[in-house]
Amino acid sequence: MNFYLVSLIKLFIVFAIFMQTLAYLQWIERKVLAHIQTRTGPLRVGPHGLLQPLADVFKLLTKEDLLPPYVNRFFYLLSPFLAVCLALISIAVIPFGPEINVFGTRTYLQVTDLHVGILFVLAISAVSVYGVALAGWSSNNKYSLLGGLRSSAQIISYELPLTLAIVSPLLLMNQLSFRAISDGQAGYYLGFIPRWAIFQMPFPQIFGFLIFLIAAFAETNRVPFDLPEAENELVAGFHTEYSSMKFAGFFMAEYANMITITCVATLLFLGGWHPLFPAPYSNWVPTALFIFAAAIAFFHAAQPARKIDRYSFPVVGAIALIIAAIFAVPVLQPIIVPIFWFLAKVGLLLFVFIWVRGTLPRFRYDQLMKFAWTFLFPCALANLLLTALFVAVF
Amino acid sequence: MDTVLFVIFAIVSLICAFNVVLQTHPISSALSLVGVMGSLAVLYLLLGAEFLAMTQVIVYGGAVMVLFVFTIMLLNAGSEKSSSKSWFAQIAGLPLLLAFVALMGFLIKGVMPALPAVRFGSFIGGTAEQIGRLLFTEYLLPFEVISILILIAILGAVVLARKEID
Amino acid sequence: MHISPVPLSWYLLLSALLFALGVAGFLYRKSIITVFMSIELMLNAVNLTFISFSYKLRQIDGHIYAFFVMVVAAAEAAVGLAIILTIFKNRGTLQIDEVDSMKL
Repeated sequence: MNFYLVSLIKLFIVFAIFMQTLAYLQWIERKVLAHIQTRTGPLRVGPHGLLQPLADVFKLLTKEDLLPPYVNRFFYLLSPFLAVCLALISIAVIPFGPEINVFGTRTYLQVTDLHVGILFVLAISAVSVYGVALAGWSSNNKYSLLGGLRSSAQIISYELPLTLAIVSPLLLMNQLSFRAISDGQAGYYLGFIPRWAIFQMPFPQIFGFLIFLIAAFAETNRVPFDLPEAENELVAGFHTEYSSMKFAGFFMAEYANMITITCVATLLFLGGWHPLFPAPYSNWVPTALFIFAAAIAFFHAAQPARKIDRYSFPVVGAIALIIAAIFAVPVLQPIIVPIFWFLAKVGLLLFVFIWVRGTLPRFRYDQLMKFAWTFLFPCALANLLLTALFVAVF
Repeated sequence: MDTVLFVIFAIVSLICAFNVVLQTHPISSALSLVGVMGSLAVLYLLLGAEFLAMTQVIVYGGAVMVLFVFTIMLLNAGSEKSSSKSWFAQIAGLPLLLAFVALMGFLIKGVMPALPAVRFGSFIGGTAEQIGRLLFTEYLLPFEVISILILIAILGAVVLARKEID
Repeated sequence: MHISPVPLSWYLLLSALLFALGVAGFLYRKSIITVFMSIELMLNAVNLTFISFSYKLRQIDGHIYAFFVMVVAAAEAAVGLAIILTIFKNRGTLQIDEVDSMKL
């Protein structure tokens, strides 16, 4: 098929799935946080609160759209637009799987592959500071200005350890495009240890991965580094004066940044779509997992905790069995199984993000900055020097 | 296709450059300058300089201009107040500028037959590997000197901007 | 549909226009931060010229020079803005016409 047509189709699919994931990531976060805090989270809107994101979208759309009279109008309206655009654009270079062959068209599971893909993601995250800084400044309000400046200073301070943590696995792979980085993590040592970057031999990048994760928490303004948007410290930080869809814009931008940075972590450190153990056995992992989930659902349906569970849990079990059957079809397996492994790793990292939010208290601002400059940056530098030393010697 | 991209981004960069010069509030000038740098990055990509295009966005757009924007916000720089300008500058400024541009255009037209046409994808030497190789072999001394220059700049900025110890 | 490719002289002309606009801003504006931004505009125009000629000569030395220009511009921006902060602290103004205590 025509190259442009294929790219357009891929773009629509990726965009649709990304926007759905944004909405449901919020649901997952609320449920996981709730269960960590031994309460139930959203439960009423739809089965187990699954339609809660839809209700939130309706609420945000129908809220009164204020334009306070004392703001700098052009920049006030520009900032959420800028934040959302820059947050959504990085998904264009993330590969979800290898080259596939669909009805005679060979194409990569990636919207586009730039030779300098990793630099593109870094460039976008560097420019996304403007959305936050302008939002704080244009609101003409001291709390917003303080929140905006603190948030921007936090983002640019943590960009340094983030970049150094990104460079360390690049020394092992010698490539800048995401597709080549993923290909460099294929294969297995001793037949069963995967050649992911955190296990790769001249210098396993475990410290690099930890430094990247900590810097990623700070880059996306998540706990424990979320003082700039803490509700009880600074009213609401830089998005105090925003309401309805403009606030929804910042909200979407935060979740989109989270998803992008976990995708980058997966591709750089956890091997992208490559499975945990070699090929013929790992193709059955998704099927086995979903059959196990269906078994749990049917078991709990037999001893229901609430009256409605007698009817709802078998439905969940049936859906899990259907998905397991889809994963077992041999024609679809080369396409779906790598996507499953990629999404499983990204899902695991997102769960860690949400888990940390439910567990840790937040840093004070000077503790945050001191941590970046006096601890994390020297650690990232030492990791880079050690990696370079080992790569040069072996 | 690349003609369309060139025309669009050249017009965007010219409009943003006019904005830098003509806007009264410094923050509008700063954001228009970010627009210039972004459109120049696209033009570098059309000329095959992919590493340099990304470096332009990261260094200029993401660091230097953020510094400018921070300074404007912290100093609370307001709109520029107009003051009396010399009558010579008001009368002769614009014609002299146009004469300068006309001179440059004439010089370029003189060289024009010898210049090739720019096709996207015809120069693929701008990769990070090539630049890295050249930077660490032939241009090693300037590279080391530049790193000392950056160190001096950091020390200077820290000394100048710290609080007085009273 | 075949559209003719862009001649390199258009890139050089664009660079000349940007440089001229930078000169105009540098000489005409009164706020010191805008003057500084016009300097950055001039440096960007020069970078475009370097990269255009590097395309013509099929060598990447032009890219290396443009890279050095970028680094020097970043260092200069850091020190220059620190100086601007000091001037603001001492004189209380950002208009260059008002920093005239050494005028006769």
